Amino acid sequence: MEQTISFTINDEQRTMVIHPGQSLLELIREDLGLTGAKQGCGVGECGACAVLVNGQAVDSCLYLAAWADGKTVVTVEGLSQYGELTNMQKAFVEGGAVQCGFCTPGIIMTATEMEARDRNYTEADIKRALSGHLCRCTGYTKIVEATKKGLENVGKCSCDHE
Amino acid sequence: MFDIAKYYEAKTLEDALSYLKANPDVRVIAGGTDVLLRIREGKISNAHLMGISFIFALKTITEDEQGNLHIGPMMTFTAIEENEIILKHIPILAEAVGAIGGPQIRNVATIGGNVCNGATSADSASSLFCLNARLKIQTADSSRLVPISEFYVGPGKVILQPGELVTDIIIEKKDYDGYTGTYKKFAQRSAMDIATIGCAVILKHDGKTISDIRIGLGVAAPTPIRCTDAENIGRGMTISPENIDAMAKATITNMRARDSWRGSKTFREHLVYELTKRAVKKLVGLPEEE
Amino acid sequence: MSFNVIGKPVQRGDAAAKVTGRALYTRDMKMPGMLYAKILRAEIAHGYVKSYDISEAEKLPGVVKIVLPKDVKANPWPSAGHPYSLNPAHQDIADRQILNEKIRLFGDEIGAVVAKDELTAEKAVKLIKVAYEALPFVLDAEEAMKEGAPILHGDETNILRHTDIKHGKEELSTAFSKCDYILEQEFDVTPVQHAHLENHIAYAYVDPEDRLTIVTSTQIAHIVRRVVAHALNLPFGKVRVIQPYIGGGFGNKQDVVIEPMAAMLSLACNGRPVMVDLTREEVFYGSRTRHGIRFKFKTGVSKDGRLLAKSMVSIGNNGAYASHGHSIVAKGGTNFSRTYPAELATEWNGYTVYTNTATAGAMRGYGIPQVNFAVECHMDDLADDIGMDPIEFKQKNVMKLGFVDPVSGIEIKSCGLPECIEKGKAYIDWDNKRKEYLNQKGDKRKGVGFALFSYATAVWPFSMELAGARLTMNQDGSLQLTVGAAEIGQGSDTVFAQMAAEVMGVPFSMVNVVRGTDTDIHPYDPGAYASRQTYVAGQAVRQAAESVRDQVCARAAKKYDIDVKDVEIRDAKIYRVSAGRLLCTLEQLAMESFYEKDESSTIASEKSANVKSNALAFGVCVTEVEVDVKTGKVNILKICNIHDSGTIINPILASGQVEGGMSMSCGLALSEGLKYDPKTGQMLTDNLLDYKLPTVLDTPHFDVDFVEPYDVTGPFGNKALGEPPAVPPAAAIRNAIKHATGVRVFATPMNPQSLFEAFREAGLN
Repeated sequence: MEQTISFTINDEQRTMVIHPGQSLLELIREDLGLTGAKQGCGVGECGACAVLVNGQAVDSCLYLAAWADGKTVVTVEGLSQYGELTNMQKAFVEGGAVQCGFCTPGIIMTATEMEARDRNYTEADIKRALSGHLCRCTGYTKIVEATKKGLENVGKCSCDHE
Repeated sequence: MFDIAKYYEAKTLEDALSYLKANPDVRVIAGGTDVLLRIREGKISNAHLMGISFIFALKTITEDEQGNLHIGPMMTFTAIEENEIILKHIPILAEAVGAIGGPQIRNVATIGGNVCNGATSADSASSLFCLNARLKIQTADSSRLVPISEFYVGPGKVILQPGELVTDIIIEKKDYDGYTGTYKKFAQRSAMDIATIGCAVILKHDGKTISDIRIGLGVAAPTPIRCTDAENIGRGMTISPENIDAMAKATITNMRARDSWRGSKTFREHLVYELTKRAVKKLVGLPEEE
Repeated sequence: MSFNVIGKPVQRGDAAAKVTGRALYTRDMKMPGMLYAKILRAEIAHGYVKSYDISEAEKLPGVVKIVLPKDVKANPWPSAGHPYSLNPAHQDIADRQILNEKIRLFGDEIGAVVAKDELTAEKAVKLIKVAYEALPFVLDAEEAMKEGAPILHGDETNILRHTDIKHGKEELSTAFSKCDYILEQEFDVTPVQHAHLENHIAYAYVDPEDRLTIVTSTQIAHIVRRVVAHALNLPFGKVRVIQPYIGGGFGNKQDVVIEPMAAMLSLACNGRPVMVDLTREEVFYGSRTRHGIRFKFKTGVSKDGRLLAKSMVSIGNNGAYASHGHSIVAKGGTNFSRTYPAELATEWNGYTVYTNTATAGAMRGYGIPQVNFAVECHMDDLADDIGMDPIEFKQKNVMKLGFVDPVSGIEIKSCGLPECIEKGKAYIDWDNKRKEYLNQKGDKRKGVGFALFSYATAVWPFSMELAGARLTMNQDGSLQLTVGAAEIGQGSDTVFAQMAAEVMGVPFSMVNVVRGTDTDIHPYDPGAYASRQTYVAGQAVRQAAESVRDQVCARAAKKYDIDVKDVEIRDAKIYRVSAGRLLCTLEQLAMESFYEKDESSTIASEKSANVKSNALAFGVCVTEVEVDVKTGKVNILKICNIHDSGTIINPILASGQVEGGMSMSCGLALSEGLKYDPKTGQMLTDNLLDYKLPTVLDTPHFDVDFVEPYDVTGPFGNKALGEPPAVPPAAAIRNAIKHATGVRVFATPMNPQSLFEAFREAGLN
C-alpha cells in the first residue's frame, strides 16, 4: 500500500510516493540520497538521525515518513549554502568538536535549532538541549564549548568558557 | 522499514472515531515513540495503524469557564512544557514531561501516548494521578469520563476498548488550585532514561500545617499509584522534619515494587521514601537534604 | 626540540566534510542491485541446532538466498586484529566459523537470509523454525573454571590460557614473611562495550575484474583482507578491502566480525553486493566487549610504606570465542609487574576463560583500564591502612626513569610522571581537600581521589610492529600522503600530515592525505590499535618524508652545483643555508623534475618502519566528587587527566582524545555494565536505553593537561596517547567516593543500586 506526501525538504518542494512503513530517515537517505543523518540505534536512543521538522529536531528513525506531509524538513545538507559553512558548523570545526563524525550531523541540527530560537542560553540549557544525542568520541566537552561559541556569535549565550 | 501493512491518517476527530469503529483491528499511533518501538521489536507485525497527529482538536490546551484544564492528548511534551496555561496552573506537569527522554523525543512524543501505553514508568502519569486527572474516552457513538486511577488495569494494560480513543485529559480547578507540586524522577542517567522511581507530590500548606497532600508514584507498583496511607498521615500534619520523615516512611504500605535486574525492591522502596521526603521538604521550604 | 607544524592545533582535515554530512560512511554508499542480509541468531546460550525448517521462509517473496552452516565452505578463522605470527604456537586461535552448528552464546550466528530489502530478510529470518538441543551454560569465568562446568570448546577445559609469572629476589612466601602489613582484596570489573555510534557494517561484491571487494567499517583493513583471503581460500590480490569514513571503533572494529559473512554471502549470490548492517542489539551481544576481569591481590609492605611483595590473580571472562585470546589479560599482567615494582617478590597468575557470554576482545586500553582500576584502588587502600597519604605512597613505590621492565626488557627513557603528579595535586588542592573532607555528615559528601598509570606504546616486543607510508610529490610541490594506518576519528590523518609537513618544510595545507584505507592503494599497516599510530606509523611517515625531502635537496644541489648539506626547504622554498639565499620555490623545482626533457623523474617515496622499541606513556587523574549517600548518586564536580605522552603533535586533537577517553572511563566507573539473564543467558542490556552510556547531562567538564618530556624512541619525541586517557579516571572516582564516605567499593559500575547497597551495609542510609 503506497501513499503520496508533499513536503519541503531543504527549501525544495517535493511530492513523493512512500510506503507506510517507511521512516523519515529512510525516506531522506534511501529515496532522496541525503545521507548526512545517520542511524545509530533505530529507536530514538542516540540522536544520530536528528533532522528538523517544522524547525524542531526529531529523531527521524522513529518518525514516520507519512508525518512529513505538509511539513518543512531540513537536513544537515540543507544548512550550508554554496559550500559555505554555517556559524554553528564553523564553531564545531574550529572548536575540535568533531571526531569520528557519526553523531555530528544530528548534533549540528539540534544546535542549529537552538541558534534559531529567540532566547538566551545558559550552560545548563545547552547541556539539556543536547541531551538527546549520544557521542562516544568526545566526552561532550568540546561539543558543549562549540555550541556555546556558536550561540555566543549570534548573541544568544552569555556563559563562561571553561 | 517498519512492518506496517496499512496506515490511515485521520483528518478530524469524527473521521478517527468512525475509522476506529469500522476497523476493529486498527491500532492508534500517536507520537510513535512506543508503538514504533514495539513494531521494530517484532511484537506487532503487519501493523494496521491509524495516525491522529494531524487532528488539530487533539492538540490544544485550554482553560474553561470553570477554570478546569483540558489537555489535548496529542500535545507533545515540548508543547506542554512550554505552554503558558500549564506553567501557570500545573507546573508540576511541565516538570514531569520535561524529564522524559531527550528533546527530540519530547518534540514528538505525546501525553496521550504516554498514558495510553500503560507503562508504570510513564513520567506524566504520577503527576496526573496527583492531579486527579480524568480522561474523556470517546467512540463514534458514545463518550465517558474515567478517573486516571481507574484507567490503568495492569502492567501495560489500560481500559481502552476497541473503537475507543482518549480525546481529552481534564484537570478540575479544585484539584490544582492552591496546590504546589514537584516531580522527582530518579533514573541512572539525567536524560534519555526510564525512571527507577518517579515521585510526584502536590500539597497545600500555610507554613505550619499541610492541609492537603497527594503523592503519585511511578514504577512503585505494576501501574502508577497514589500513596493514600501516607497522604492520610500528611493531611493536617504539622510541618517538621520528623513528621515529614514519618509520613514518607508510610509510602511503603501502598507500594508493590518488585525486584528486577533494573533495580531491587529494597532500593525502589528506599528511593520512594527518600524522594517523597525531599519533595515535601522542597515544597514547604525546608532544606531537601540532611 | 622546536617544530613548525608539529605542536600546532591545526584543524582536522575531515571536519568540514563531517559537519556538512558529506563524509560518506559505509551505509551511505549504495550500489545498484544491492541485496540485504539478516543473520539468524541462536535463542539458546549453549547447545546445538537439531534441525532447521526453512520452508515458510523460502516462500516469502523477495528472499534471494537462505544460507545454513552446511552450505558454507570456508576455513575456520581467527578474528583478532593482530599481525599474523609466523610461529604457529603464537598464532591467534582460528575458532570462528561464518555460521555455527554448535552454539556458544545467545545470539550466535546459525544462519543467514539474503533478500531484496531488509524488512523481507528480517521477516524471513523469523519464519525459519529452529529446533535446538540445549546444553547447560555458564556465564561467570570463575564458575567456568570449576570441575564439571559446561565446556564450550573441545571437552577438557574452558581455560583458554594460563600464565604464571614470577620475578624478584626472593620466594613470595619468604617475602611476605618480611612484611609489616599485608592486605588481601578482590575486585571485579564488569564487562562494558565500546558503543561506537556506527554499528558494525560491511558490504561485499565481486568487481568487474573478479575481485572480491569488501567495504567495511573497520580499523584493520589489511588484516581483514588476510583473514578473508585465508578463510575463503582466495589469493590476497583477489581480495580488496575498503574502509571509508568510520563512525568509531575503540577496538571493537579491531576484530574481523562480519566481513567473512558479507563476503561469503556475496559469493553465494553470484557476486552481487550484499549488505550486512548489524542492529544496535546485535552489536551489543554479537560483536565484542571489554573483558570482565576479577582480580585477587595479596600485597605486603614495610612500616615505612615500601612495597615488598605482591601477588595478583586475574581471571578474565573471554566470552564465547577466542578473539584476542589471552593477550588482554596478559597485557594487564605485565602492567601489574611493572608499574609498582616490589622490592622482594612479584607473582602473577592470569587466566583467560571461555563462558557463554558475548565475546570479549580489544577495547581502548586493552586490559589496562581493568587492571589499573583494581591496582589503583588496592594501593589506595593499602596507603590508608598504613596511615600514609595515597599519593605519597604511590609516588614512593612507582617505577622511575631508567627502570627496566622485568618482563619486556624495555628501559624507561622518558618519564614525566612526577610532574603530572604535582600538577594533579595543585589542580585539585589535594592537601587541603584531604583534610577538609574528613568526618562529613549529611546526605551529600565530598571527596577527592587520585590514580596514576603507565601505558606501553604499540605492541613490541610481544608482537611485531610494521607500518607503511607513501609520500608523492605533485607537479606544484604539494604532496599526497598515503598511510596504511587507519583514521577512525582519532585524527591520525591530520597528525600524519603535520609530520610530513614538518619534515618537508612545507605548510600543513600542502599535504593532502589520501583518506580511508584501501588495500589496493594504501601501503600495508595492520591498523588502528595499541596507540601505535603516531609512534609506529609516524616513523614510516617521517622516513618517507625524509626521503622525498632528500630527493628534492639532491636535485637542487645538482642544479645549483652546491653541496646537498647546504640545501634546506623552508615554507616550501629552497634555500642555500650558508649564503642565506633563496634558490627557488619548491614548485619550480617540482615542475622541472616532472617536465625537464632530459632529466625528469617523479619524486616519491614509500617506506616501511619495522619499529623495535617501546615507550611508556604516563599520567594521572584527579577528581572531586559529591556522593549522595541516600540515593547512591555520584556527581563528578571536577576531574582532570594530566598526561605524559611525550611530544604532543596536535594539542586540540590530543585534548579531544583525552576528553573522550575520560568519558569512557567515567562510564565504566559509574554507569556502564553488561548484564545477562541468569535463566537464559540472554544479554539484558543490549540497547542504548538499558546500557547506560553517559549523556551530556551525566558528564562533567573534562580538564586536560600535558607534560611533554621528549622520548628519544618516538619519531618526534611522542608516545602513546589514544588509549591512556581511558585508564585512570575510574579508580580516581572510586577513591574519591571512598574519601567522601569511608566506604570501599570493589566492583564496577558504581551505580546508584550498587552504591546504595554498599552504603546500606556501612549504615549510611
